Amino acid sequence: MDALLAEYLPILIFLGIAIGLSVVIVAASYIVARQRPDSEKVSSYECGFEAFDDARSRFDVRFYLVAILFIIFDLEVAFLFPWAVALGDIGVFGFWSMVIFLGILTVGFVYEWKKGALEWE
Amino acid sequence: MADMFDLAYDWLNTDPLGQAAYILIKIVAILIPLLLSVAYLTYAERKVIAAMQLRKGPNVVGPFGLLQPIADAVKLLFKETILPSGANRIVFLMAPMLTFILAMIGWAVIPFDAGLVLADINVGILYLFAISSLGVYGVIMAGWASNSKYPFLGALRSAAQMVSYEVSMGFVIITVLLLVGSLNLSDIVMAQQGDYGIFSWFWLPMLPMFVIFFISVLAETNRSPFDLPEGESELVAGFFVEYSSMTFALFFLGEYANMILMSAMTSILFLGGWLPPVDIAPFTWIPGPFWLIAKICVVLFFFLWVRATFPRYRYDQLMRLGWKVFLPFSLFWVVLTAGVLVAFDWVPHT
Repeated sequence: MDALLAEYLPILIFLGIAIGLSVVIVAASYIVARQRPDSEKVSSYECGFEAFDDARSRFDVRFYLVAILFIIFDLEVAFLFPWAVALGDIGVFGFWSMVIFLGILTVGFVYEWKKGALEWE
Repeated sequence: MADMFDLAYDWLNTDPLGQAAYILIKIVAILIPLLLSVAYLTYAERKVIAAMQLRKGPNVVGPFGLLQPIADAVKLLFKETILPSGANRIVFLMAPMLTFILAMIGWAVIPFDAGLVLADINVGILYLFAISSLGVYGVIMAGWASNSKYPFLGALRSAAQMVSYEVSMGFVIITVLLLVGSLNLSDIVMAQQGDYGIFSWFWLPMLPMFVIFFISVLAETNRSPFDLPEGESELVAGFFVEYSSMTFALFFLGEYANMILMSAMTSILFLGGWLPPVDIAPFTWIPGPFWLIAKICVVLFFFLWVRATFPRYRYDQLMRLGWKVFLPFSLFWVVLTAGVLVAFDWVPHT
């Protein structure tokens, strides 16, 4: 077997065991416990009155905004990982290239900040 | 007798079936202590917080209440699993399973001692970072599939919070990588070995990053003071309001296993993993796994201490801290660290 794949084999087996264990745990309560659902019991939770309306409604656009900002910065982090490991080989030139890249990103970050994208009233 | 051991040894190391069996034995050797420590972490949490509030905590079931986690588990097992009528059943059941699975498989790459690791992959820290990022899916799936208002709001909050703090966590990991020059977790630990024992570990030169990392871990695991997704005073229990019985237990197990995993990650990145705090005789006799576990326990105690001490953050404060304080500061620190390393030619060559 390929040596690289062999390193990942234990993770695959671990994943299989974890999946099996979680299925067993969920199934165990079905087997052991008595199941007697009624319409009140399975209706969605509400405090003090009957549940009304579907929960899948509109929500604040800010959450969407945070998700977009996250994608930008997490991609940046993903980009920094190989750079951080290879910094010894790419030296001063590599360092300044990344500083320029981060500088451009910082400009974008300052713009977001000034525009109020990071504000929660 | 010796022949039998030799035979078994040969079988475990050469035969493909034997190798698979050997891997299985190792996985069980990780899983069972892990599940037990999750159970006793809940016990420790109740005891520690009780002591801090001058209460007794669980003390009825067994001596000092030591059987309390077992009693809790059995009680949950005998409860009815409720599938809400409006819920998307498959996703609803998958969410707690996913949370649990992710909290388990992260342990595959944790090194307990030099060479004592299940999968010694080259990209260990990247794997851990990816697994901890995927945790947000369990929360979102639970909140969406429940089709109920409180879980939905809790899941939205939780997702926004987890992704916000993940960015600064990523930057902190990169500052450590700059000092190590490798993504392998064993290499990260070995890079912290020095003449000064505890003072050679990365927590000292990277102290601001260590603090940021610990606080981000609190937010990432939805722990107090960042437990807004659960915010019981406003959202009842957040994203797992609709869960009962073993599906609830899986969320619970996953959350606490995640806490332990994150503590292990903190210990490896900043507290020298399995290395003894003082590099002289009586300390070096004690095996490495003991030191790693001791460090994990210390970090976990800080989790509980924080929970007993601080009031909950407001949501706008939480987002401000993540985006306006931690993100710029950790970004600046990445550039500073890299700059210092390059200027003094200290960059590790691998």
